[in-house]
Amino acid sequence: MSESPRPVTIDQPVTITVNGSEVTAQKGELLIDACERAGTYIPRFCYHSRMSPVGMCRMCLVEVDTGRGPALQPSCMLECGDGMSVDTESAKVRKAQDGVLEFLLINHPLDCPVCDKGGECPLQDTTVAYGPGESRWVEEKRHYEKPIAISATVQLDRERCILCDRCTRFADEVAGDPLIHFMHRGSNTQVNTFPGEPFSSYFSGNTVQICPVGALTATPYRFKARPWDLEHAESTCTTCSVGCRVSIDTSRDEVLRYNGVDSDPVNWGWLCDKGRFGFEAIKHEERLVAPLVRSGDSLVAARWNDALDAAVAGLRSVPASSIAVLGGARLTNEAAYAWAKLAKGVLGTDNTDCQLGDGLPADAVLGLPVATIDDVCRPGGTVIYLGPDPKEALPVLFIRLRHAIVNDGVKVVELTPQSTSLTPLAAASLTYRPGEAGVLAEAIAAAHGAGAAGVDAAGVDAAGVDAGRIAAASDLLAQASGPITVVIGRPSVAESASTVVDAIGAIVRRFPDATFLPALRRGNVIGALNAGLAPGVLPGRVRRADAAEWFGAAWPRVPEVDGEDAAGILRAAAEGRIDTLVLLGADPLGDFPDASLAEQAFIGARRVVAIDLFLTESARRATVVLPATGFAETDGTTTNIEGRVTQVVRRVTPPGTARSDWQLAVDLADRLGADLGFESLADIQAEMDELSAVHAGLTVAAAASDLDGVVLPLVSATVADPAEADATGSDSASASDSPAAEATAADATVADEPASDADPETAADVDDGLIPAPAPLAFVAPAPTTVPALDAYAARLVVGSTLYDAGTMVRHARSSAGLGPAASIRLHPLDHSQLGLGTSGRVRVINGARSTVLTAVADGSVARGTAVMIGGLEGGDDSALIDVTAAVTDVRLEVVS
Amino acid sequence: MSRFNEANEAIAHEIIARYPRPKSATIPLCHLAQEQDGYLAEDAMAHIAELVGITSAEVMGTATFYEMFKLAPVGRYVINICTNISCQLVGGEELLEHAESTLGITSGSTTADGLFTIEDVECVAACTEAPACQVNYRYQHRVTPEAFDTLIADLRAGRRPEIPDHGTLGATRQHISEDRVANITPPEQQVEPAWYAARNATGGESA
Ligand code: SF4
Ligand code: SF4
Ligand code: FES
Ligand code: FES
Repeated sequence: MSESPRPVTIDQPVTITVNGSEVTAQKGELLIDACERAGTYIPRFCYHSRMSPVGMCRMCLVEVDTGRGPALQPSCMLECGDGMSVDTESAKVRKAQDGVLEFLLINHPLDCPVCDKGGECPLQDTTVAYGPGESRWVEEKRHYEKPIAISATVQLDRERCILCDRCTRFADEVAGDPLIHFMHRGSNTQVNTFPGEPFSSYFSGNTVQICPVGALTATPYRFKARPWDLEHAESTCTTCSVGCRVSIDTSRDEVLRYNGVDSDPVNWGWLCDKGRFGFEAIKHEERLVAPLVRSGDSLVAARWNDALDAAVAGLRSVPASSIAVLGGARLTNEAAYAWAKLAKGVLGTDNTDCQLGDGLPADAVLGLPVATIDDVCRPGGTVIYLGPDPKEALPVLFIRLRHAIVNDGVKVVELTPQSTSLTPLAAASLTYRPGEAGVLAEAIAAAHGAGAAGVDAAGVDAAGVDAGRIAAASDLLAQASGPITVVIGRPSVAESASTVVDAIGAIVRRFPDATFLPALRRGNVIGALNAGLAPGVLPGRVRRADAAEWFGAAWPRVPEVDGEDAAGILRAAAEGRIDTLVLLGADPLGDFPDASLAEQAFIGARRVVAIDLFLTESARRATVVLPATGFAETDGTTTNIEGRVTQVVRRVTPPGTARSDWQLAVDLADRLGADLGFESLADIQAEMDELSAVHAGLTVAAAASDLDGVVLPLVSATVADPAEADATGSDSASASDSPAAEATAADATVADEPASDADPETAADVDDGLIPAPAPLAFVAPAPTTVPALDAYAARLVVGSTLYDAGTMVRHARSSAGLGPAASIRLHPLDHSQLGLGTSGRVRVINGARSTVLTAVADGSVARGTAVMIGGLEGGDDSALIDVTAAVTDVRLEVVS
Repeated sequence: MSRFNEANEAIAHEIIARYPRPKSATIPLCHLAQEQDGYLAEDAMAHIAELVGITSAEVMGTATFYEMFKLAPVGRYVINICTNISCQLVGGEELLEHAESTLGITSGSTTADGLFTIEDVECVAACTEAPACQVNYRYQHRVTPEAFDTLIADLRAGRRPEIPDHGTLGATRQHISEDRVANITPPEQQVEPAWYAARNATGGESA
């Protein structure tokens, strides 16, 4: 286990002597860390640099002289002070280490040959390095039933436990789920759960990683490999967009586990269980292994040649506006760029959206100044949180936020339509009436931190929140030290994105120097947005209209008009205006908030080309299905919520003949007679560097060389000098012979003859500054959304998210499948009792023509007049109720007899 | 057995209100539950967890540390017989054997009628009165086998009213009226005493 000492800034240097050499340490830094940084490793079991020291194991004893003569002290509990002198190798220290290990081994079974930890076990390694050669213990050792399952995935062999308190401390301090605890005492002390209450934490897998012995093991890895047979490679988890760094451990072309890697600005070594055990999905036997082509009612396996021909058949000779590409958030940055180039630069359609109705408009994500996770968690800072429950959507972001709030005095003002995991931690949590986030944000801005006076000024309740609480929140924000950071996302898919955008507008007006961290969930959604896979934008955080000339000079063509977003695309399909719908890892039938619209779109679309890992509900209805590579099967880079680009690596062979997404874009373009100009990832990266302002100067080498990656945008060296650009800016002649100039009609079809590709000359024009670099996209607050009043007989719906929803990857990961909560609709107890049900009963939930039947549950945390559901659950049917064209979703409830 | 009954839940709330943090009431509430049921039931621990806002695992972790919280039902009278050195010298072990044979159980178990549990314990700090034992933690001094038989007979006949059922801490319950509740400001909100603040301000720590 190589947990490294936490990075430290030395602004109060003290000098200590370690084994005779002088070392500079930060005052107050723990001695164990200071020594390690200076190259002197002190053995330890209980100490972990990301948790508070407890001094449980005594393995870190060293001789310390603080002026009163040398004495044995635990170095994990001792803060460095000036003049401290440390001996880590004295005879006394050796004896202490030897003794501590002998004690620890008294009850330890020494079953290394059958223990999963053997070979990478700190107890084993430390015993060899520092311990006694033999045990003097002849008595019987402790015995326990072995192993016991403390959660669905974590097993505990209690007799191996050395009671270091790491797992229990993690559960309590880091995850905030103290469901495991030391029980009993003396030699009977053991880690255990309360009977019938398993350690069902989203973060339980971390305890396996940090356990210094083989007491905790994870079911997916138990007895699967020996550590010395594993190969490790650093990569980034793309299950959600926090972008935790992982080590992918493989053996014989199979992924066997992930471990967290400590990236200081991101995950601190932690992972969530969905990410950690997500590898089970990529090696699932239902992975697509060959292309499928529709023949009558069924999909039949086809050769790649035929499948690609069938796929392009619907892309050739059709108007650009009748082509749409949905999805792309699963892709690497490079694949997203290749697809953006295929869709926008070859097919000429701007109907692309990497979000499926659960995100925010591109300009709200790309056009606002970005806050990093560290900015949001800056000690003493103040944060506005308006997004999905972080624990459910972006689990490790929750860990960082929780730490910031609990340990670093960060104050969070939460705006939410339902209580979340942040609610008990937030300095202020305001529960607004669904759809009225904008109204609430305006009210907070209007109160302007004027305290009681502010209440008089605003004076009124807004969005169902009382004036006093609004004033208090406003005060908190006004007293913030340093700029406010804002986390933005979708608290509920039952209220439109525009209601959140309204709130963002109000926040931007009130706090002009605020920075924003998007809380969007899909793996590489930010990367896909940066690559231009959204309507109205082109790669590099630029508007289509502003950058048409720039890209027109390098690409065969650029879209003539702004396209539609996911909802618009599906509506167009439903209305018969879409000839070919390309699904880039998107599953609208299973994963779009408005099921009836998705269904109609599938009826209306003439052909559907699905590119996916699994035969999703949507892929089943496709005309052509192309199998793509999954995580750990493809190289590239990914971008997290902060815009941080890190490397993902290929470690195993994809199943069957699955191809990487970028290769598919190249293949399809090829068949359309266009050459994307990409023969390798490096080609794509080179073009991104050249054409995309945010990616300029980014090399994979740079992203790969630093385990923390690099945050975009970099200071760009290649964007044209504005002065030079001004001189030639109006001179469109340089662009007039570019391919874009030829494609003028909005409905132009893809030329049958090979379109001229990005030739070096045109790219050079761009580089030479002959064409002005497009202005970076800026967020412009649109006119506020009108939210209808809630009538007295209806309840306003909130649809939140949960980590273990019935999504494709969760269903195919054995450890996570089935862990999701049961579907229900939760109501305030008074609203619930008004229905005249018992403690729980079935209700028909009706929104106009849409309806579904659910179990109604009384829940005191739900606000009156609202009804709360969790989205994406098996049998949850939230998408049966939502109309994405409406700002809010009001439902009526009828008791089902 | 069970969660708190209504009367005890009211008492629980009263106890919680005495502390700056609800969690601090965990141990007093474990006692209350033990008083209600004679032992600390699982449901009671879950109820305590709800009341003080921690997890059941934390309540159980705390409770299992203490020998005197019983996690399984015990007799109405728990008899602790000291077998440590002072008592041993004057018949402690014989007393234990006598108790085991007359009650027909071994140390650590409970009679079938649910009346008596015997435990052998280390020194209970009554060495001057050896051999000593306790019934529900009430001292019995210089206990000869005959005295033990009388004790058992008296307990069976209800002639020892001063010894309440197992789990009862005291004959009367402490009630602190609201005006007498001590300062329950949480530590982090306490104002530092002036002398302490002054000492810290002048860098007193290194002095
Ligand atoms: S199970 Fe492992 S991590 Fe937990 S206390 Fe025991 S040795 Fe430490
Ligand atoms: S928080 Fe997100 S990125 Fe991190 S391990 Fe979990 S799913 Fe992966
Ligand atoms: S590492 Fe210091 S006591 Fe365990
Ligand atoms: S030895 Fe029995 S009371 Fe002290």
